[in-house]
Parts: sequence; structure tokens; C-alpha cells
Amino acid sequence: MNAAPIAPELTLDWDLCTKVLTGFIQSEVRRTGFGRIIVGLSGGVDSSLSVTLAAAAMGPGNVWAANMPYKASSPESITHARLVAERLGIHLFEVDITPQIDAYFAAFPDADHIRRGNKMARERMTVLYDHSARLEALVLGTSNKTELLLGYGTLYGDMASALNPIGDLYKTQVRCLAAHLDVPAEIVGKKPSADLWVGQTDEEELGFSYEAVDRLLYYLVDRRYERPALIELGFQTEFIEAVSRKIRSSQYKRRPPVIAKVSGRTIDREFRYPRDWGV
Amino acid sequence: MMGATEKFTLGLAQCAPVLGDLEKNLAMHEKILREAQGQGVDLLLFPELSLTGYFLKDMVPAVALTPRDPRLDLLKRASREMAVVVGLVEESPDHRFFNAAMYFEDGKLRHAHRKLYLPTYGLFDERRYFAQGDRLRAFDTRFGRIALTICEDLWHPATAYLAALDGAQTILCISASPGRGLRPEGTFANAAAWEHLNRAYAQLYTCFLCFCNRVGYEDGACFWGGSEVIAPTGEALIKGPQLEEILLRVPIDRREVQRERIANPLLRDERLDLTVRELQRITRQLERILRTRGEETR
Repeated sequence: MNAAPIAPELTLDWDLCTKVLTGFIQSEVRRTGFGRIIVGLSGGVDSSLSVTLAAAAMGPGNVWAANMPYKASSPESITHARLVAERLGIHLFEVDITPQIDAYFAAFPDADHIRRGNKMARERMTVLYDHSARLEALVLGTSNKTELLLGYGTLYGDMASALNPIGDLYKTQVRCLAAHLDVPAEIVGKKPSADLWVGQTDEEELGFSYEAVDRLLYYLVDRRYERPALIELGFQTEFIEAVSRKIRSSQYKRRPPVIAKVSGRTIDREFRYPRDWGV
Repeated sequence: MMGATEKFTLGLAQCAPVLGDLEKNLAMHEKILREAQGQGVDLLLFPELSLTGYFLKDMVPAVALTPRDPRLDLLKRASREMAVVVGLVEESPDHRFFNAAMYFEDGKLRHAHRKLYLPTYGLFDERRYFAQGDRLRAFDTRFGRIALTICEDLWHPATAYLAALDGAQTILCISASPGRGLRPEGTFANAAAWEHLNRAYAQLYTCFLCFCNRVGYEDGACFWGGSEVIAPTGEALIKGPQLEEILLRVPIDRREVQRERIANPLLRDERLDLTVRELQRITRQLERILRTRGEETR
């Protein structure tokens, strides 16, 4: 049943994992007094899994998915988003972000594809938060642990959310759980892409496969292996170096902005409360 | 009140306290107390920090109670019918805050235990907010001699050893254990470890081991539940589901302790004199090492 490739070390009890994640969504949404979820659904495996978990947790009638294509987006994006939404019975709406993106870059025609990609990711974020207010729905995150550790996401763009059920699952685990929950095979099996420009694929841009990097991240992060032990496992020094560098250099993306300390009680230093404080 | 009873019904309230909300948690306790009373429970356990929630951080002083706080009257009253163990933040007269467990019986607070081992590693930060307890005492109840422990206390085998040698025939452990290291075979790595510990203690010290763990979520962490009671034989008498709220009930026959201690007289053969002598030797050696180091650095 579970066809997606994964290192044996990363295999989980997928039923228990589903129970933990759906329980998390229910608990977080209800404690804040909300009853609805909104997700940006690109038709990729991450957002398809997030929306599947949301539908299981809150009931499909309480889940809104927004597909937000730019004119250069792959036509597969909307086809796959529709396929997932129809299967789950959730609400789907489309917002074409081409007019606002093109209007903005008319003033900055020299902007490279990185700036354009980031702008699109942040545009989608503002659309989601606008509809979050309209629908009284919480924005569900779709960033996985691999992306978060490598910094392969846009700060305040696709990385922004109120709660993220899949942020502690590596990409290959996301695929396996998606397959386990019957996300269509053409979505689980397609080449992962941020779809920020034509023909972009994650693995080409990153320079390694998710299977390889997930296994390395597992030993490096979860198991705290030092370099000699990683080399013993067969990882190349350059690969370990490149991945370690990405983790370090993207640390700022995983933390709130740094605050200059002046007072005796500074937010997040001496002023420490759980995020679930008072809800 | 009745004398010590051979057979009684133990209840484990595998519940999900609300983080930082005493009022809501007191209401939840009241509801479960009534339910348990209706089901003939004689001794009811709530999990660690059941009145406050677990990841409190700077909220610790705001939800702390003294043993005389009128908000505990509800529990004292309920204990006229049924003994109750709850978890709470206890504030001492000198304003230290303890992660504490309180045992109420016959309308009174009969015993308070302050958590001895405060985990401060990984996702835990207890030493930052709490003071350490400094004593472990078994105490007599209408259900025989009992020792009360809190979560991490039992990750230090000396705790269970002291409890057993102090005469406890039942070890109660209240817990707020967050699930971590999800595995391929239907459980979290730390949940599997707890099951080993509980069985080992029950069997080695030929006592009942009653483990009440909470459920629910705080800041993304789930508490896995799986509350259980292990008999002196090492067999589980009851096992709660993972991640679900439930009131578990299990009949306890205290004569099992006697039967198992006849079959397996491990405690009779315990060499307390040997242990104390060797510990004293180890302590002397450690002191000598520390003294030498002190001289070297001077």
C-alpha cells in the first residue's frame, strides 16, 4: 500500500501518526475558539497531506482550500488541487495572483526569479490571511521538516501559518503518510517543486535527493551523530558540509526576529509563556 | 471510616487538563470525581499537574496553591467518600514552588509529595521554574502503605527502591509524559520505555505500580496516556488507550502482594546494610576526590 520510498529508520506507525496529527489540529483549533481551517493548496504532496489531515480532524465542511496560481504556474497545480478537494469534499476556491504580481514588478522589471518567487509566496500568504479573517478560519501550515531545516521556504510566505501539523515530518515521511491516507498516486509520485518558475524542481535546486538528505538529517539532527559517525554510515563529507551549512545559515528563518535587550524582562528571554497561554 | 481494606477499586483519571486554567481544571476534577464515585471507585488518581497543566513556564506562580487554599476544599470534601490524588503547583511559606502530588483521605490532606527529580533537558525545563523536593516517605492509608511519586522520580531507580524499603506495597506514579520518538510499531519510544520501567519496579519490589498519565496537547506536544496498573507479578491489570480521555477502573486485591512475596521473597533478601555500607564508601571516595581537586585548583 505504501509505495513511496523511505529510509527504514524513518518509518513510523502511520495510523498512530495520523491520530497524533489530527488530534493536534482539533486541539489547537478548538482552544483558540475557531472551528475552521484554511490552507493554500498547490496540488503538491505537502499541502495535499495537510488538507487531508484537516478534513479528517475538523470535517470536510470546515476546511477551505485556496489554489493561487500565477500565469506561469504548472496547469497540474489546479488539476491536482481540484482532484484532492473533490475527493475530500472540502471547499476550494481559486485566486489568480497574476494581476498584483505583474503590477508590482512592472515597477521593478529587473527583479530576478528569486525575488519574483518570494513575492509570489508572500502574496499567497496575504490572500490566505485575508480569507482567514473572512471565514474565521485558522491558516494551516504546509512546511515539512526537511524544508524547515534546510531553509527551503520563503520567510513570511509559505512558512507563515497559525499551526503546522507536518513540520516534524521529513519529506519522505510526508509522502508515505500521504500514500497511507490515499492522497492520489499522481500527487505522491510527482517531482516535488515550489513551482515558482517553469521547470523548477526542488531536488535539482537543492542538489540532492530528498531520500538522501532525509536520512542524513535524521542522523545529524534527530540522533545527534557527529561527522566521523556520519562518514562511517557512508555519507560524503561534502554532502554533510553542504547540509550543515544550510541548516546553520537558515536558523534565522526558524526564529522570531531578534530583539535588542534594554529592560529587565524582555520578550522570550525572561518573559516566557507557552504559545497556548490563555487560549 | 473503615479500617484497611484488602480489596478496593482504583480509578485512573486519564484526562486532559487545560493549560494554566485552575477554574476549568477544578470543574473537570469535580465532574470526574462524581463519575468515579458513581462507579464505586475507592481511590482515584489524577495525573501530574492535573489542576494546572504542564508546560506552564512563567505561569507557575500564578497557578500555585498552598495546602490551605480553599480551592482545595472540593477535594477534601470528596475524599470523605473516596481517596483522591491530584497534581498541582504547591507554594511553600518561603515562596518556593514545587511540582507536587497531594493525597486526600477522610476529608483531610494526608500526604504531600514534592517531585524529587526535575527534568531539565530536551523538551523539559522544570528546574528553571520549580524547587526540588527533598524527601520520599511511604505513608499508611486505608489501602495499606503507599508511596507517591511524580513522573521523572521513577526514572531514578533509587526512588522505587526507597519506596519499597520504606514499606510501600503500592507505588502511585502520576505523570505528564509527552510522546516523543514515534516508532514503526504502534507507540512512542518513551511510552515503550515507561512500560518496561513500570513492569520492572512492580516485579522487583513485588508491589502494585499504578501509573496515571495524562492526554491532550500543549504547544504541539501530545501527552500519550496509556495509564496502567501492574500487579506484583509484573502483569498488567489494566492498560488505558493512547491519546484518549478515559476513566479507568480496576479492582485491586492487596493479598496479591503477600502471595507474590511468598513466591518471590526478593524484598526479604534485600541487603540494606550492604547497600548503605557501599554507598557510604562511595560517598567517602567522592568526597576525597572533590577535596583533592579543590587543593589542586587552590
